[in-house]
Amino acid sequence: MSTVTYAGAPVETDAEGFFVDPEQWSEAMGPQIAAANGVGALTDRHWQVIKFMRNSYLESGAAPSIRTLGKASGVPIKELYQLFPKGPAKLAAKIGGIPKPRGCI
Amino acid sequence: MTELLEDSEAPTAKPATIEKVSIIISKGSLEGVYPGLIMANGARMEGIEANVFFTFFGMDAINKAKHEHVKVATVGNPGLHLATWAGGFPGMSALVTRQLEHAMEKLDIPPIPEFIELIADSGAGLYACKASVDLFELTKDDFIPQVKDIITVGEFYGLAAGGQIIFT
Repeated sequence: MSTVTYAGAPVETDAEGFFVDPEQWSEAMGPQIAAANGVGALTDRHWQVIKFMRNSYLESGAAPSIRTLGKASGVPIKELYQLFPKGPAKLAAKIGGIPKPRGCI
Repeated sequence: MTELLEDSEAPTAKPATIEKVSIIISKGSLEGVYPGLIMANGARMEGIEANVFFTFFGMDAINKAKHEHVKVATVGNPGLHLATWAGGFPGMSALVTRQLEHAMEKLDIPPIPEFIELIADSGAGLYACKASVDLFELTKDDFIPQVKDIITVGEFYGLAAGGQIIFT
């Protein structure tokens, strides 16, 4: 575990940079986390995915699968990979301040 | 020799990451097809480049007429712990397949046609094996549109260059 500073606030993250406590996250941190993970400027479409991931996690305690992300977020699979080429679920979870998704799908 | 040892212990060595995988799906049963699909989808989810090469009965997973009818093998499948005579009972394969599909749906694992579409949309390349296509007298029209091409083993190795190959 390590402590990183985003938007002026200290944040606890795991070894891979995922938030340990989603409560420490704020929207202002998004662009900085995105930049640090090779995701360029965040558009409305990026935010749609990030917020869907975060809200699903906060509601159910688990991040949605890539299948659900493609069906229910309003952003189809092809576009998800255009927005987040290095892994949509993983990166949206990281930028949205929730723990790493544990599912295999 | 000494040099080699020193090299491998170099303190600057970074942990290795996998950048590309080429997955071969060679079996046409449900339990033969899914592991390769899960590996391919999982690779893309990690941002790893992925190609999937379907050969022999594994091609059923991309065959328009067959991909909705891939079944669990209930005969000669010791993992099911089912007596051979019972496994051969009419409808047994369909029954076990339905049960497994139901259990997978609960885990949000898509049926094969949807899963393959998801994997293609994620940017993975889907290919059919030329030798198998010739053997079963198929053409590109027999396959779902997501299949990019029918390629030879040599072309497969060309695509796989610089990555890991996984045979299932």
